[in-house]
Amino acid sequence: MAGLELLSDQGYRLDGRKPSELRKVQARMGIFTRADGSAYIEQGNTKALAVVYGPHEVRGSRSKTLHDRAVINCQYSMATFSTAERKRRPHGDRKSSEMSLHLKQTFEAAILTQLYPRSQIDIYVKILQSDGGNYSACVNAATLAVIDAGIPIRDYVCACSAGFVEDTPLVDLCHAEETGSGTAVALALLPRGGQIALLQMDARLHQDHLDPVMEAAMTACRSLGQVLDGVVRQHLQEVSILTGE
Amino acid sequence: MLKSKTFLKKTRSGRVLKVVREHYLRDDIWCGSELCVECRQESPPPPVLQRDACRESSLCASRHYIIPDTNVVLHQIDILEDPLINNVIILQTVLQEVRHRSAPIYKRIKDVIHNASKHFYTFTNEHHRETFIEREQGESANDRNDRAIRTAARWYSEHLKKAPDGEELQVILLTDDKGNREKAEGCGVIAYKCEEYIKSLIGSPELMDRLALCTDDANEITSSKILFPEHLPLSRIQAGIKSGTFLQGVFRASRDNYLEATVFVQGDGDDGTEILIQGLQNLNRAVHQDLVAVELLPRNLWVTPSSVVLVDEGPKGDEDGDGDEEEQKMLKCDASESMLKPTGKIVGIIKRNWRPFCGMLSRSEIKEATRHLFTPADRRIPRIRIETRQASALMGQRIMVAIDGWPKSSRYPNGHFVRSLGSAGDKETETEVLLLEHDVPHQPFSQAVLSFLPKMPWAIAEEDMRNRVDLRKLCVCSVDPPGCTDIDDALHCRDLGNGNLEVGVHIADVSHFIRPGNTLDQEAASRGTTVYLCEKRIDMVPELLSSNLCSLRCNVDRLAFSCIWEMNHNAEIISTRFTKSVINSKASLTYAEAQLRIDDTNMNDDVTRSLRGLNALAKILKKRRIDKGALTLSSPEVRFHMDSETHDPIDLQAKELKETNSLVEEFMLLANISVAQKIYDEFSECALLRKHPAPPPSNYDILSKAAKAKGLVIRTDSAKALADSLDMAQVEGFSYFNTLLRILGTRCMMQAVYFCSGMDSDFHHYGLASPIYTHFTSPIRRYADIIVHRLLAVAIGADCTYSDLMDKHKQAALCNNLNYRHKMAQYAQRASVAFHTQLFFKSRGIQNEDGYILFVRKNAIIVLIPKFGLEGTVFFENKEKRGPRLLFDEEVPSLTVEGHTFNMFDRVKVTISLDASNIQHQKIRMALLEPVYRREHVPKRTTGGCAEVTREVKCINSS
Repeated sequence: MAGLELLSDQGYRLDGRKPSELRKVQARMGIFTRADGSAYIEQGNTKALAVVYGPHEVRGSRSKTLHDRAVINCQYSMATFSTAERKRRPHGDRKSSEMSLHLKQTFEAAILTQLYPRSQIDIYVKILQSDGGNYSACVNAATLAVIDAGIPIRDYVCACSAGFVEDTPLVDLCHAEETGSGTAVALALLPRGGQIALLQMDARLHQDHLDPVMEAAMTACRSLGQVLDGVVRQHLQEVSILTGE
Repeated sequence: MLKSKTFLKKTRSGRVLKVVREHYLRDDIWCGSELCVECRQESPPPPVLQRDACRESSLCASRHYIIPDTNVVLHQIDILEDPLINNVIILQTVLQEVRHRSAPIYKRIKDVIHNASKHFYTFTNEHHRETFIEREQGESANDRNDRAIRTAARWYSEHLKKAPDGEELQVILLTDDKGNREKAEGCGVIAYKCEEYIKSLIGSPELMDRLALCTDDANEITSSKILFPEHLPLSRIQAGIKSGTFLQGVFRASRDNYLEATVFVQGDGDDGTEILIQGLQNLNRAVHQDLVAVELLPRNLWVTPSSVVLVDEGPKGDEDGDGDEEEQKMLKCDASESMLKPTGKIVGIIKRNWRPFCGMLSRSEIKEATRHLFTPADRRIPRIRIETRQASALMGQRIMVAIDGWPKSSRYPNGHFVRSLGSAGDKETETEVLLLEHDVPHQPFSQAVLSFLPKMPWAIAEEDMRNRVDLRKLCVCSVDPPGCTDIDDALHCRDLGNGNLEVGVHIADVSHFIRPGNTLDQEAASRGTTVYLCEKRIDMVPELLSSNLCSLRCNVDRLAFSCIWEMNHNAEIISTRFTKSVINSKASLTYAEAQLRIDDTNMNDDVTRSLRGLNALAKILKKRRIDKGALTLSSPEVRFHMDSETHDPIDLQAKELKETNSLVEEFMLLANISVAQKIYDEFSECALLRKHPAPPPSNYDILSKAAKAKGLVIRTDSAKALADSLDMAQVEGFSYFNTLLRILGTRCMMQAVYFCSGMDSDFHHYGLASPIYTHFTSPIRRYADIIVHRLLAVAIGADCTYSDLMDKHKQAALCNNLNYRHKMAQYAQRASVAFHTQLFFKSRGIQNEDGYILFVRKNAIIVLIPKFGLEGTVFFENKEKRGPRLLFDEEVPSLTVEGHTFNMFDRVKVTISLDASNIQHQKIRMALLEPVYRREHVPKRTTGGCAEVTREVKCINSS
């Protein structure tokens, strides 16, 4: 019998989670002192590093300058050692430029860019280890990094992926589930207002199933939001102890 | 708690991957026992394992749960399925191993788990914090799993001890591995051998027989001589196949000779080669349908297939007969160099294809013996040795036996008794046997399947009306054979007022109830078709759907899929429309009733006028179709008149066709063609269509020769020419001649098959002379129609698509299954007719009937009796003695017996009787009465020759 059983009859997934359970999240902010903001996140075996510079003057071609708001520049990359197979990953290949574009769109929706006209904010994200949900890990790491940089943001941007297996929505897919289940939805949410910053789906999913999948993904995003909030608060506490306030 | 699993994996292209997976351990996994108070859940599902797990066993007096290990599940699934065995804990480790090792057993154990009355609980031990173990350095995967099973068993016994009054509740590990058992006892787990435990059960000796024979490491018989060469290990076989020294193919045992078989090696494309295997040593324990590896013998050892009929008569003297050698010698016959066939020997088995076999027990001559030989009904399967204590009870019964293994020291494979089907010759038993032997799934639908049925009472709801038009006002009626309860088509016809007619074909909307991918859908897909036997119907979908909700009965609202044409009075289509609809049939008629209405000029109601309109159009359609070259062939079909009380056949009658039969048929054909065109236009890659390839010209040889003998010419260059020349072929004073020709014509045809349009380029339907064709009109009884319904629904935007529907490879795989099921269903149907014919002649005694010679063979003639649609062979040779002088002329063809020449289509008189000498294979004997040929020195007893009725299993063109 080929393939893996993604969801057992008892309702456990391959790695022992229930359909609506997230992977273990660990995050740290302020990793690099040279950068304006930085953060590192682990969602299960997916590990991402985000660094934020700015807001600063627009570099390179001046023509990109926007007069009413800041330009957001995103760059996504994957480490050569991030996947099961060691592979050189050149910058600017189709997949990573698509991902960069998605990240850009996400953060344009979240950062209050109109506060910084004629300036630029750089967000660099690198996947150090990949095990499904790369986009979500990137978004979550970048949110923390943006907050670390002190750039005003509407709300946390929380992202989570969701799939649909045997009539059950699965949340926060790992690599095996992402490749095996057929459909994966990536959702970035501003949890407080419930606005969707980005919704992406590549494969087909029946219309009737979209709502439950979205619902599951949104619930997952909200709980992720709480986790991120906890991380930020703890970071602030540590920092305030250090500064002696 | 988090653990990570790391392992290395080799990809197909040979690169090495390092796969890292997370593995979460939980502490909220429930033990599933009614007793337990400790592992509470927030909303606990009802406990699976009962408080009183009662099974009286002499080994373990108290209440106990059973934990089987993987091998016990794999080998003793028959035992586990027994209702007596309940309260079993299936560990996740075990379930996963079973899933890897054997898909069919995995499905069976899942069914058992789903059956609530069996109280089987699946414990997710791999994710439980206390039962998860990591593989140790140097430990093999199997050893780790065994240890995991032991750990889980120990956890259970300790866990249940903590529960109030759980003191005396025990957990028993069943394993046949001696080492495992010792280790288990070492860590305080009660472990038994499966056999030991089953034996200890009080009051169920019959379970013993179902035990699979396993060669346990302890009591292996080392004494007896080695009969067969060792099978090569899989790695050597694969290397051999790669290098070309071995060939891989499907083993096909010969029906007539147990020492001979062929291996069909699939070549490039459609063609394959056959390799002959001869002799017990070379056959090397392969069983019919196994996937085997063959090594070709050097050219000087090649042989010709022998023409001897050899039946394995079982042990003659001792255990493993020496008579085999003599018989093997018989095979040797000198033959010319050109007749030699590639010959080989089996070196290994790649995949066994064993299933439970039906058959009968042949009792051992020693009275108290517990080992008996079992003779399968299928002659291609070797006899199987089983161990049973109830041999005397099983004598004369049809039983099922599964093969467990075939050690190299044993002449016969070892097996175990599965279940008894009933006494031989009994109607229910024989029906069961023929269903099993033709691989027709006929078990009652499982709970999982039934759970997808709509809840009763069912009514059309608001959301059902989405994308649906209301056609309840139309005067729709259905026409079917009498006694039909699964009505899947209905028709209407009305005047539009603009000089045109509106004709509608309404098909039951089965796809509305069977949603893609669920268990109900999978079951229907695997059954493929409803099988109609003489007195029984094996449904493809549960009865609630087939006979009620989907059946377009009169005067109830039913969901339908309608195909509506606007036509002028010349039956030319002006426009076609497909829509999902709701209809309310005004009348369910039989063919005869419909015919009466059409003929009765006094009746002028809506239904009748509608029927007349349809009838007029159907005649035009039929004429046009025949002009285009559609064939009307014929096969003698019979209908049994059953006794209403005993359900025994009391009369046989050839089916007759009325005008209304063709009325319905024409519109169904039209609907099928319209739909085929539509779905092909919409989905050129994944439309499910049906084709009927043109037969190769050589197939027609027999037909041409037969006609030539009567001075007629049959042209076979095209379907049209064939149809025309068949119409012309008439012989003065011999009205049945034309029918005989058409029967012969049927035998020349190829089988019509389903295929996926993306995988094939030839769509032509030869028999119907249509460039494109599909099946749309019987979704209740054919799965292909359900797929076509879904495709059409997507095409008109009434329903949504799903990924498997658009995947041409999945479609092609589905088509293969459907074609296989249809073929098997047809065989089963014929076998059922044959059996009922036997019953009929049993009650009638000896009969004399007129018949026609259908074929002439080298030593026999095949006679067709039109009255019964029965075909039988009259042999002119006896096994013991040389028969009369025979002269066979292949060109005409004719056979001259002692001066009398038999030609095709000659009229003969035969006597028919039932030969019940072999209870497993009852036959109908035919002997020649007229014309009488003179034979010298013939004992009086045998008048003509003996015969055996074989309904020729050849393709019959089915549209």
